[in-house]
Amino acid sequence: MVEVQFRFRDDETVNDPAVTVDSFSEQSNASAVRIEPGDDARDLLPYLDRLSLVEVSFPAWTDGRGYSSARLLREAGYQGEMRAVGDLVIDMLSHLKRCGFDAFAPDKALNEQDARNAFDRWDNVYQATVVDGRPAIWAKRHPA
Amino acid sequence: MYKYDEYDQQMVDTRVAEFRDQVRRRLAGDLTEDQFKPLRLQNGLYLQLHAYMLRVAVPYGTLNSAQMTLLGDIADKYDRGYGHFTTRQNIQYNWIKLEDTPDILAELAKVEMHAIQTSGNCIRNISSDQFAGAAADEIVDPRPYAELLRQWSSFHPEFLVLPRKFKIAVIASETDRAAMRLHDIGIKMVKNDAGEIGAQFYAGGGMGRTPMIAPLIREFVPLDQLITFSEACLRVYNRYGRRDNKYKARIKILVHELGRDEYVRQVEEEFAHLLTQPIEPPLAELERIKAHFTAPAYETAASDDLDLTDPDFRLWVERNTHAHKQAGYVIATVSLKPVGGIPGDATADQIRLMAQLAKDYSFDELRVTHAQNIVFPHVRKADLYTVWQALDEAGLATANLDTVGDIIACPGLDYCSLANARSIPVAQKISERFGSAQRQAEIGELKLKISGCINACGHHHAGHIGILGVDKKGLENYQLLFGGSEGADTSLAKIIGPGFTEDGVVDAIEKATEVYLANKEGEERFLDTYRRIGMDPFKEAIYG
Repeated sequence: MVEVQFRFRDDETVNDPAVTVDSFSEQSNASAVRIEPGDDARDLLPYLDRLSLVEVSFPAWTDGRGYSSARLLREAGYQGEMRAVGDLVIDMLSHLKRCGFDAFAPDKALNEQDARNAFDRWDNVYQATVVDGRPAIWAKRHPA
Repeated sequence: MYKYDEYDQQMVDTRVAEFRDQVRRRLAGDLTEDQFKPLRLQNGLYLQLHAYMLRVAVPYGTLNSAQMTLLGDIADKYDRGYGHFTTRQNIQYNWIKLEDTPDILAELAKVEMHAIQTSGNCIRNISSDQFAGAAADEIVDPRPYAELLRQWSSFHPEFLVLPRKFKIAVIASETDRAAMRLHDIGIKMVKNDAGEIGAQFYAGGGMGRTPMIAPLIREFVPLDQLITFSEACLRVYNRYGRRDNKYKARIKILVHELGRDEYVRQVEEEFAHLLTQPIEPPLAELERIKAHFTAPAYETAASDDLDLTDPDFRLWVERNTHAHKQAGYVIATVSLKPVGGIPGDATADQIRLMAQLAKDYSFDELRVTHAQNIVFPHVRKADLYTVWQALDEAGLATANLDTVGDIIACPGLDYCSLANARSIPVAQKISERFGSAQRQAEIGELKLKISGCINACGHHHAGHIGILGVDKKGLENYQLLFGGSEGADTSLAKIIGPGFTEDGVVDAIEKATEVYLANKEGEERFLDTYRRIGMDPFKEAIYG
C-alpha cells in the first residue's frame, strides 16, 4: 500500500482494504472504497454511513475526474477520510484540498518543503466550493 | 473598465510567485519537461518551433493605455520588437526565454495583467464583443458578466484539468461579433418578457477538426444563478467528456454523442443539485463589478459633423468605423492587416502609439478583436481626422476592415509545431493580390480565414472563404472552403474541391471574386451571392 504523506485529520489513519466501486454494494462489511476515474461516485451515495475511507485514484494527474468525484461526495455529506492516491503533483495539492481531499498518498514522495509551500500558497480563493469551508473572495467583499 | 481590488491583485501576485517557483524547479531539474509542460501551459507558455511563446490574457479584449504601453515595452525588452494579437483577443510573443517569463509576469501584474489559463486544458480567457459598452445595438454591456465569470473560472479547483481546453464567450447584442456559437459555451445576455436581464446558454460549439455550431441549452438563466449554472455545465463535462482521444475530448463531442437533450437533462439535474450548495456570489458582487463599467463622460453636445473631403480619410471612415450609441462619437477599428503584412502583428512603437491615441482620444480604452485588429471604442467625431492622421503616419490606417485584405490567419508553420503548412505567406500574397483599395471596396465584405492545420486556429470553417493548409506527400497544399460565417447567421464552410499550391489558391480566390461580381444582385455580399447561387458556378470557374 502507498504511504500517506500528508494528512489533515485528527483521527486515526484508516487502513481498511479498499474495494472497487462495483463490488462495494455487495460487500456489506466493507468500509473503504477506491474510485477510479471512470467510476460514478454517485453510486456510493446510499452507503455513505458505512464508509470511513474513500480513495480516489489518479493514474495520471492530468485526468481531473477525481476532483469532481471528491467534491460531490463531500457535497452529499461524506465526512470520512478522502484520500488522493497516485500521480499527485505539488502544484495541484491545494486544489485537491479545496475539492475535499484531506489525505494524500503520492506514488513517489513529494519534496516536503515544496509541498507545504503549495498547500499554503493561496491566502484567498475566488470560488466557494463549500466543501473546503473557505469563504470566497466575493463573500469577503460583501460580509453578510 | 474593471479595476483590481486588493484581492484581485493578491491573486495575480500569488500566481507570479507560484510560476517563479515552478520555473526554478524546472531549471533545477526537479521537474522534467513532461511534468512542467501542463503547468507552464496553464500560464500561457508554449514551446514552439524556435522558442517559447508567451500568451498574455486580455480579458474580454479590453485594455487601458497603461496596459497597452507595457505590451509594447515587453515586445522591445523580451521579444524582437513586435507582438501578435490573436483570435482569442489576447496577445502573444513568439521569441521568449523561459528564464525571463517570471519577470515578464511580474511586470504584467503591476498593470493588472496576467497569462493565467491562456492555454492548457482549463477554462480559457473569456472573450466578448469588441464593441461592448459602445455598440448601438446592445441590450447591456456584456463585460461585467464576463468579469464575474473570469473570477469564477480563475484557479477553479475542480476544473483545472478538464478533458480539453474550454472557451467561453459572452455577448449582449443581436449582431454576434464574437462567434459566440463557435465556443464551448456561448452566453448571450437577453431580456425576458418581464424585462429582466438573464443569460441564454449555448454549449458544444467549436472549430478544430470537427466544427460544430453550439445548440441552445437554456433560454434564460437568472443572474443570481449564473455561476451555479456554469458550474453544472462544467461538472457534467469534466465527469463525462472523453479522455481517451484528445481529438474527441472537446465538449462539442460530448454534446454530439449524448445528444443535446441528454446533455441538457444531465446539466439540469446537476444544476438542481448545485442550487442546494451556496456557491453563487450575491447580486451585490455583480453590482460592484458593473460599477466599473459605467459609460465614460461623453461630451453631450458633441457634433455629428465629419469633414470627409480627404478621400483617403473618407475611405477609412466608410470601411473602418461603426455607429456609436452616443451621438457625436464613433467606434474606430485599426486594421493590423497592412497590404503584404502579417495579420495581427504590431511593432512595439505601433502598440505604444495606439496606447497614446487611446489615452488622448478614446477615454483611455482599447479593444482587441477576434479578427486580430484593435478598436478605439469611443472616439469623438471631431477628433477622428487627427486620430486617422496619426495612424496613417504609423502605417496603421489600412482601410480594409472585413474585406478580403482583413485576413485572419494562424501563425502556421512559420512558428507552430502543430502546423502542416504556412499561413502567413498565403495571407501576404492574397493581401498583395487584392492590394488596391478600389478593388477591395468593389468586392466589399469578404471574410477570409486561413488555418495551417486542421486544428483551425485561423477559423477557416467560419470564413466566407476559408483556407486550410495540409501536408500532401511532403508538400504544402491548400484546400478552399466557401460559405462559412460566424455572425448571427453562423454557418460552416464547405470544401469546394481538390487543393491548390500556394499560388494556385490565390488565383482561385481571384476567380471566385470574379464570379461573385458577375452574379452579384443589389447589395449582396460575397456570402449572400454564394448562398443564393450555390457552389457550382464557382467550381466551374475555378476548376473548369
